[in-house]
Amino acid sequence: MFLGATKGMGRALARLMAERGDDLCLLGRDREDLERSARDLEAHGDGRTVGVAVCDLLHPDGFAAALDQAEEVLPNFDTVVVSAGLFATQEVLEADLALCRRLLTVDFTNTVAFCEEARTRLLARGGGRLCVFSSVAGERARTPVILYGAAKAGLSHYLEGLDHKYRRAGLVTVCVKPGFVKTGMTADLDPPPFAAEADAAARTILRGLDRGAPVVFVTPIWRWVMLVIRHLPRAAMRRIQF
Amino acid sequence: MTAIRQLSGWGRHPVVRADEQLSEDLLEATCDVRLTRGLGRSYGDASLPAEAGARVAGTVLADRVLRFDPATGILRAEAGFPLYRLNVLLNHRGFATPVSPGTQFVTLGGMVASDVHGKNHHASGCFGEHVRALRMRVADGRVLEVTERTEPELFRATLGGMGLTGHILEVEVQLERTPSPWIWTETERVPNLQALITRLRLASQEWPFTVSWVDCTSRGRRMGRGILTKGRWASRDEAPPHPPRPKIGLSVPFEMPGFLINPFTVRVFNALYYRKQLRRTRRGITHPQSFFYPLDAIAHWNRLYGRRGFTQYQCVLPDTDDLKVPHRFFEVLVRYGGASPVSVIKDCGAEGKGVLSFPMPGISIALDLAMRDDTQRCVDALNEIVIEAGGRIYLAKDALTRPEHFKQMEPRFDTWQAIRDRWDPERRIVTAQSVRLLGDRP
Repeated sequence: MFLGATKGMGRALARLMAERGDDLCLLGRDREDLERSARDLEAHGDGRTVGVAVCDLLHPDGFAAALDQAEEVLPNFDTVVVSAGLFATQEVLEADLALCRRLLTVDFTNTVAFCEEARTRLLARGGGRLCVFSSVAGERARTPVILYGAAKAGLSHYLEGLDHKYRRAGLVTVCVKPGFVKTGMTADLDPPPFAAEADAAARTILRGLDRGAPVVFVTPIWRWVMLVIRHLPRAAMRRIQF
Repeated sequence: MTAIRQLSGWGRHPVVRADEQLSEDLLEATCDVRLTRGLGRSYGDASLPAEAGARVAGTVLADRVLRFDPATGILRAEAGFPLYRLNVLLNHRGFATPVSPGTQFVTLGGMVASDVHGKNHHASGCFGEHVRALRMRVADGRVLEVTERTEPELFRATLGGMGLTGHILEVEVQLERTPSPWIWTETERVPNLQALITRLRLASQEWPFTVSWVDCTSRGRRMGRGILTKGRWASRDEAPPHPPRPKIGLSVPFEMPGFLINPFTVRVFNALYYRKQLRRTRRGITHPQSFFYPLDAIAHWNRLYGRRGFTQYQCVLPDTDDLKVPHRFFEVLVRYGGASPVSVIKDCGAEGKGVLSFPMPGISIALDLAMRDDTQRCVDALNEIVIEAGGRIYLAKDALTRPEHFKQMEPRFDTWQAIRDRWDPERRIVTAQSVRLLGDRP
């Protein structure tokens, strides 16, 4: 089950899964867009049917019904991937409080609510994999992405806890922390060094998902960059304005 | 928020600062822009905006297959769907694009806009011959399904129309069925231009794919010596049992100094390349990527030409037994020191459906020219030969042709412009190329 497969890294990851023969059901906001992606994945999967179910991260009341519907399509599902989310820079969010509230709700509260819904279903069937896209922006507070980073920090925190608590019960939680990946979400930004392509990022994520890695850095170098960043003293962070 | 970037075609000349809007949603992205571009593999200014800082829609994220029917071989996809994905996805299942240009890093939308041709032009025509339908956003904002039946004029004006008749959103194309994903090739060394053109024509009577590489630096008796390549899809018995693995090649990591490619280095390269083929003929199974896209093996090869970039000059000279014209063509080239390591001669078949499509029956010559102070004069001189011979140039390659030259070589222009007048009288869709060549206002 895949929430967010119509765009960006989600699209690339879903294609890899379809190509290797996984059965898929797509969840998302816009039925027509979902159908278009389903046809694309069917072509990538040599004709294997891909189902769709409408699910909007802005409306948590619909999560249970959407997952019920997806379960009808995929009765033996064992993996839930969540790559949907919003992104905006600090500058934009500070100027637009409505967008800011929406982003915090979608990227943290509602994503967690969706994961809770998915978690209980996976645990009820003896476990499985829950793969959720967080961000390196959640590793340390940085001025260009304070609000987005805060939501993602909360999400990473939640996913880590989930993994601690339920791995023994068979639920493997994979927290994906992409650095900068060139997708529609980041099209307005200038790519920094180590920017990855969506296809390459998807390959790394799928490897991590299959291995059951608790944390997947899309560009391996970010693991080491973040290690340094995490340990920088506050005074240094403030000074470098990273 | 916007990100202004330096945009250029593959030749890296000219360069324009522009705001390229990449989006999965082409319907939205094409609402209020003056042009749409794909992977930017046209060489000159066809994919560039006329004004610095302008907004441009980019299709590369809109790359979904919308329908593929293995029973009929009909594929429909979003305009940003790239040829390399088509190849990876469908070649091993017995399907191939009916027409393949010299690189697989092009989008379906770009293939339509340039009405690309390939090594099988003499047999299969341009890409447009195989396009069944287009979905377009026309200049007044409407979104239309455009086919030969519903809108014949617009359809034909869009094939090879360089994106100027409307934004291409979706493309439906009839694929070719292939016996195997491998290619059977024969190559032979040919000592001069006369022999090259004769044998190329002869080969095209028997083979679906033909092309020749020519050493444009050789002079005298050896002028126009080259290597002729012939190919066809390998039969199931000939082909290796496994599908070809995608090849990962070398890359030019950064911009090279501009003097790297000069008449001397090119002469040495060409002489070595000519002699690389020791025997007169060679035959066997070839990887489809090496056959169709030899240059794709070196990523960013355009950086070899340095900061100033280069232009590709491609023209077609109408069929004639008189070889004086191609001879003069090469003489002018050598006079300007126009040394090109990759010069290609290919015979073209009949003119296609596209009102402005490039090919016509005759001989097409393509060569790279490093940008120098006299490149404009060299292109002018070559264009004058082409006009006199009744030929024309390929807009997808062009960056330097003068409008008066273009109009002299393009009697079909008025017909095309009249169709455009009907669909876009206010000229909402405009590119740097249309301003330079067609007299549009920026």
